Amino acid sequence: MSKIVLSHIDKFYGDNHVLRDINLTIEDGDFMTLLGPSGCGKTTTLRVVSGLERPQNGVMTIDGEEMINADLAYFAEPSKRGLNLVFQSYALWPHMTVRNNIAFGLKIQKLPRAEVEKRVADSLRMMRIEEYIDRYPNELSGGQQQRVAIARAVASNPKLLLLDEPLSNLDARLRVDMRSELQRIHRELGTTVIYVTHDQVEALTMSTKIALFKAGEISQVATPMDLYMNPIDLEAADFIGNPRINFLEGAGHMDGAKLHVSCELAEYEFDRSDMTEQEIPESGDFPVVVAIRPEQIHLTTEKSTDGIPVKVYANQPAGSETLVSLQGAGGTDFLAKEIGLAQYDIDQTVYAHIAPEKINIYDAKSTRLIKRTR
Amino acid sequence: MKRKQHRPFNPIRLKNQILNVVKNPFNMIVAISLVVLFCLIVIPLLQMIATTFTVAKSELRRIRGAEVGDFTLYYWKYILTSGMAGATLWGPLKNSLVVGFFTVLVSVPLGSVLGWLIVRTDIPGKKLLGMLVVIPYMVPSWCKALSWLAVFRNATSGSLGFLAGLGIPIPDWLAYGPVAIVLCMSLHYYAFSYINVSSALRSINSELEEMGEICGANKLQILKSITIPLVLPSVLSSIIMTLSKSIGTYGVAANLGNRIGYFTLATKMKTFINGSPQAVGYAMSLVLIALAALIIFSNQKVVGVRKSYATIGGKGGRSTEMKLGKAKTPLMIFLVVFLFFAMVAPMFVLVMETFQITTGNGYGLNNLTLYNWIGTVDEAQRYINYPGIFRNPEFTRAIYNTVRLTFIGSILTALCGQFLGYISTRGRGKWYGSATEQLVFIPYLMSGVAFSAMYVAMFNRPRLGGLIPSLYGTFGLIVLTSVVKHFPFASRSGTSNMMQISTELEEAADINGANFWQRMAKIVLPLAKNGFISGFMLTFISIAKELDLIIIMMDKRTQTMSYLAFTYSQEGYNQMADAISVCVLLFILVCYIIANKFGADIGKAW
Ligand SMILES: Nc1ncnc2c1ncn2[C@@H]1O[C@H](COP(=O)(O)OP(=O)(O)O)[C@@H](O)[C@H]1O
Ligand SMILES: [Mg+2]
Repeated sequence: MSKIVLSHIDKFYGDNHVLRDINLTIEDGDFMTLLGPSGCGKTTTLRVVSGLERPQNGVMTIDGEEMINADLAYFAEPSKRGLNLVFQSYALWPHMTVRNNIAFGLKIQKLPRAEVEKRVADSLRMMRIEEYIDRYPNELSGGQQQRVAIARAVASNPKLLLLDEPLSNLDARLRVDMRSELQRIHRELGTTVIYVTHDQVEALTMSTKIALFKAGEISQVATPMDLYMNPIDLEAADFIGNPRINFLEGAGHMDGAKLHVSCELAEYEFDRSDMTEQEIPESGDFPVVVAIRPEQIHLTTEKSTDGIPVKVYANQPAGSETLVSLQGAGGTDFLAKEIGLAQYDIDQTVYAHIAPEKINIYDAKSTRLIKRTR
Repeated sequence: MKRKQHRPFNPIRLKNQILNVVKNPFNMIVAISLVVLFCLIVIPLLQMIATTFTVAKSELRRIRGAEVGDFTLYYWKYILTSGMAGATLWGPLKNSLVVGFFTVLVSVPLGSVLGWLIVRTDIPGKKLLGMLVVIPYMVPSWCKALSWLAVFRNATSGSLGFLAGLGIPIPDWLAYGPVAIVLCMSLHYYAFSYINVSSALRSINSELEEMGEICGANKLQILKSITIPLVLPSVLSSIIMTLSKSIGTYGVAANLGNRIGYFTLATKMKTFINGSPQAVGYAMSLVLIALAALIIFSNQKVVGVRKSYATIGGKGGRSTEMKLGKAKTPLMIFLVVFLFFAMVAPMFVLVMETFQITTGNGYGLNNLTLYNWIGTVDEAQRYINYPGIFRNPEFTRAIYNTVRLTFIGSILTALCGQFLGYISTRGRGKWYGSATEQLVFIPYLMSGVAFSAMYVAMFNRPRLGGLIPSLYGTFGLIVLTSVVKHFPFASRSGTSNMMQISTELEEAADINGANFWQRMAKIVLPLAKNGFISGFMLTFISIAKELDLIIIMMDKRTQTMSYLAFTYSQEGYNQMADAISVCVLLFILVCYIIANKFGADIGKAW
């Protein structure tokens, strides 16, 4: 149980500025995911939190207790931070059996033997790998090793559990199983979790909060829903969501309390209340980007007043869903997603319905979100 | 944002900064080992350099108006410009270079061809051949010199060898001097090229060659334009290794050259270091070091950049063998003949000589005796001062010294090696990691004689105001020299061992609350064990073979078997010298077999 506060953390490797002014608060019991493409500093953040790396600037507290204070060159030992870490490589000690791998830290803490036995048994049971207790790591499959690594981390009853891309070495099917497993563990133990991944599906499905990383900076911290609905900038919008969000160029201008936007498909008018704090020109036209999720585009074959006529360019039915590539009147390509099987002919004209409240508008110049969805 | 922000002075921060450094045992260990390395490697080198510029007592009479300890260029002038320079430096230097050049010329093609035959062709009995081919490397090079003498000795040095005994006239130029030295060293150092080239060949995917075949190239074209260019970097580095090793080799050159006054830099240098003026010897060893450094660094310039592609094709590449077809029989005959003349015949002659009363007198029963092994002095049929080696207390002492030196030396070396390897892998990319690597590499530049000359110069009198007593002539100095000289190899094996232990394994223990010593004891040491054992075995063999390195420091009390054999041979007791080298050979062979059991790879043994 713990609340972690990172403030103004900077980390350099040589002259390489890897973490840039990281500010992040993780509430007690959160499942916080650090999400971002590879090389953006997620692992480094995790290692800073765990104490394996020392940042050059910044402060970190856990439950109000200072763990890092770079100004005072104070860094608490990793083992004094009440946390445990699951490495991406698992880092199981190859010369120890599963039992000894898990018992290692407990023995170091000089727990009574019976307590050690009990904790080993408990964590193995929790991970459902009791039968492998006397095997060596190289006698286990990747998925089993993964479970041992998690069992080892939870055996010490950490207040904070750190996981570095734990599922990246597993095959697709196992990954889905382990996702629910991890959620269950989080619920059962009630520990705060920091979870690193580059996989947005993992992030969206498991977390209570997501911190989106971009080149060593945190660009957005939000709930999965909010992150999906209102990515803070074009890059985030592009990164989150599969299939990718549609971007259409447009022009906007402020008209008193209203934002007018026109693009190839239609013209819209939005209330001030739907807009973000982002600064935009109060008068005159300015370029914007209209962003629409593919699943927010509903297609009908009958003509209607609010339907926008578009041409079917390609049709990709995939069982549970169908992706339809469309072309607007001006020749712009965009994508719609329909649930279930749908059949359209190539070059057929269909009518697209898009609810204005489901549209994001970005300022093309600053690339920042100016109008939110509801 | 700057990396280093200016912060106002804060005593708490200073305290924490100091605590951060002091509380981490790793920092302390790094500090201590850097200091120790500095004391063991840099200071002796500087000391030796200083000695060559300082007037010593023995030269007081020759340098007018000088006091002991004054600065002088006398010694450098002596070897560079004086009337003696030709005989002291330039002549031996020329000899060294000639010997080195021809050794490379013979041994590198030999080793490369053998490597290619055994790795890449369908020659029968590869496994056995592969094993036999490295055995000559296990035989100390000075043993080869003794076998050479056993075969080719002529009347010039008193007793006859095998061939002369058969009535075949052996000219001096064949029995002694450059030809003999080059051939003996080639039969030793071809193993470098063999091991380098064969491992390069193994790492090349044979699909590269097959692609050439598909493009319509014939075997010769494939060899010329695909295989050879790919192994060229490893051939180049074999050339460099062979050259720098053979220039500095003492044992072979002394056994085969001294009798007819043919001196190389290494042998000439020793006569000065054991005699006078000593500083001239040190100056010569600096020349040797500079020469080796020059060779190795120019190699790094030339090969370094391009070496990377030696492993192109990566692991796991299938290797199909080249069909030798009609060439198979002649090549097989070549191999068998080679192995016969390089191994079987000289060994046979060497072993038989230990049973002969008069060398070169045939193997008739009337010329055979066990005297050299178990005789007593009063049984001696000729004028011999020594009983058979098994009754000779000197030999017993030599066995004891050898075993003691090899055990203590190799355990210490292997331990230090793992330790230094740990520091350089964990310090990779940090200043102390590269400092350790560079310091540890220095002994590699020095031939054995030059290195021990340096240690003698350093420790032949008390240092640090008596804190380090004079170690000259002590067993401790011999151990120390052996250990430090083997640092480059040992730390390389330690490094490759430690590289396999991912830092994350240690970090996981760190997070679980294990402190530095617990991590060492519970994680690093258990995982390093196997690598440690194989590193230990290889150092063990290397120290057991060693003659060059310790010859300057040995005396009757501290002598090892190698040294005893060398003295006997110089005194003309050839049969006894042979008997001792047979014992050394057996000792090494047994160690090698044990080492193989532990998975030690002899290919990494230098
Ligand atoms: N030990 C290190 N030394 C130097 N640079 C490093 C080190 N570890 C990571 N980096 C650099 O820091 C950046 C962020 O790395 P990392 O945190 O591992 O990214 P992620 O986990 O998001 O993929 C990368 O550009 C990487 O090259
Ligand atoms: Mg990572």
